[in-house]
Amino acid sequence: MSITVSHINKHFGAFTALDNISLEIPEGELVALLGPSGCGKTTLLRIIAGLEQADDGDVFLKGDKVTDQPVKNRHIGFVFQHYALFRHMTVFDNVAFGLRVKPRKERPSEAEIVKKVHALLELVQLDWLHDRFPDQLSGGQRQRIALARALAVEPSVLLLDEPFGALDASVRKDLRHWIRNLHHELNVTSIFVTHDQEEAMEVASQVVVLNHGRIEQQGSPSDIYDHPANAFVSRFIGQTNIFDLDEHDTDWLQTAGLLTPNQEGKIAHVRPHDIVIEKAKPENNSPATLKDWQHLGGLIRLELVKNDANGSAAPVIAEMPNDQFNQLKLNRGDKVDLRIRQAHWFH
Amino acid sequence: MNAISATPYISSNKLTLSDPDWVRYASIGITLGIIGLFLVFPLAIVLIEAFAKGWSAYSASLTNPDALSSMRLTLLVALVTVPLTTVFGVSAAWAIARFEFRGKSLLITLIDLPFSVSPVIAGLIYVLIFGAQGWLGLWLSEHDIKIIFAVPGIILATLFVTFPFVARELIPLMQEIGHEEEEAALSLGASGWQTFFKVTLPNIKWALLTGVLLCNARAMGEFGAVSVVSGHIRGLTNTLPLHVEVSYNEYNFVGAFACASLLAALAIVTLVFKTFLEWKQNQDKRLKAKG
Repeated sequence: MSITVSHINKHFGAFTALDNISLEIPEGELVALLGPSGCGKTTLLRIIAGLEQADDGDVFLKGDKVTDQPVKNRHIGFVFQHYALFRHMTVFDNVAFGLRVKPRKERPSEAEIVKKVHALLELVQLDWLHDRFPDQLSGGQRQRIALARALAVEPSVLLLDEPFGALDASVRKDLRHWIRNLHHELNVTSIFVTHDQEEAMEVASQVVVLNHGRIEQQGSPSDIYDHPANAFVSRFIGQTNIFDLDEHDTDWLQTAGLLTPNQEGKIAHVRPHDIVIEKAKPENNSPATLKDWQHLGGLIRLELVKNDANGSAAPVIAEMPNDQFNQLKLNRGDKVDLRIRQAHWFH
Repeated sequence: MNAISATPYISSNKLTLSDPDWVRYASIGITLGIIGLFLVFPLAIVLIEAFAKGWSAYSASLTNPDALSSMRLTLLVALVTVPLTTVFGVSAAWAIARFEFRGKSLLITLIDLPFSVSPVIAGLIYVLIFGAQGWLGLWLSEHDIKIIFAVPGIILATLFVTFPFVARELIPLMQEIGHEEEEAALSLGASGWQTFFKVTLPNIKWALLTGVLLCNARAMGEFGAVSVVSGHIRGLTNTLPLHVEVSYNEYNFVGAFACASLLAALAIVTLVFKTFLEWKQNQDKRLKAKG
């Protein structure tokens, strides 16, 4: 195990930031710590880095217990959300910093430093900016310089705190791919913190979902999406329709094919793409109406309204490919039949 | 269309901004008049009086033994207090900007206390503690330690009045900068001292110099607090401002104003440096804004 965290607790006054967290991260993984804001993900990352002390519990890096080691002895690379580049140094000096502060015995010669810094700047494709100051760079460039600076000391693990959080949408998309590729190239065990589930699913090889200072689930992106461990994970990872059997009449659900004899819970979570839409057949006495739809690139998102028995209108969201939707030739206000392919059941 | 609709807006905007001429001239005139009357004129008087009996009298009154000893004492006081205040200021600003702790806002208020307490009271406090009739007076005299009416008292009183200067300059700046850069330095393997000298200090250097400068000006120019604890012993416990007073009281006007001209020159040099440092600081900021 490259990173092991065992029984970590952390309180800020009366607030419990982390509640008995244990986590194992194998060598070479790119892990996302995912959760809503205030769930403790950044605190956990900072405790692993040594920028924050846990109340109790231990941190192991490459098998060595580092709980009582200060951050400078942990050989980690840390990338901050707001980059934290040294504002009075050029890009080159920023990247060289970690090499230049090494004790004299370990410090490479100036010629080696120059060579290494330029190699790193080429790796992040920004060597042409080496004599600029951080404030002359764009957000995306600063983030890549921050990454080069962290990599300069050849850290055993790389920790990134909301690395894309302060960037605008298009830059963020590019940088996600770029980070993934870089990780394939370098294979440094990495953890990044994010509140964006799409980002976690797209970039990470492992996702750890946190909520209220606890780990809700850990697994590969597809694991977490296809087999959410609980209602929170299901709701947090992607959009979902929630049908509480105590509140919804069950007749239409049966028609939609949802109620099976061996259902395990009372609350069904249905992903939008697991709802199949057909034009209503008169004999079905269909309960749902098409209210509106939006284009999401290759998919169409349909907003449906289902009239409950008690007269209240419940919204249902469905998704289907563009061409399939075009074939249905539906208009706003049309009655539709629903078929539910699969659901996740929770208590 | 745009140009047409924009024109009346701009001209009306200009109209509201331009007050009648007499308001402009009156306000500029009053300001200049007050500065001339209360600042430039007295400064000129200092120089005129200092040179009233010619250059030789001026230089003689600056080089007489009492004047020289008061200058030495003033330099000594500044030399001791400024570094101490700087160390205190940096550590106080560090603590306040970096850590959350109970009573932090009280601490910030307390740092400002010397600004709101009359300097005479500051001096009196030390007399009450260390003076012959003071709390520690007996113990001190038994051990043959002299604080009041001696140099240590003068240094203590000066420390009291100068200790907010550096801290006050640094606290808002360090709070604004935050501590991510320092965390980054630590994560890259830098030691605490390396982080301070390579990351923190370069970020605060202009503000720190401004604080040191103001602190120095006050340390050299302080009168009230020092006057209470000094005892006015000629050639021993008179600082430059005290020497000015003593000379004046003895009707030695050239002597008083010659030394006063030195203090005035210190003030002007301080002002010029301070303006330069503020310009430097703003330039740094502008450079960043451009990026």
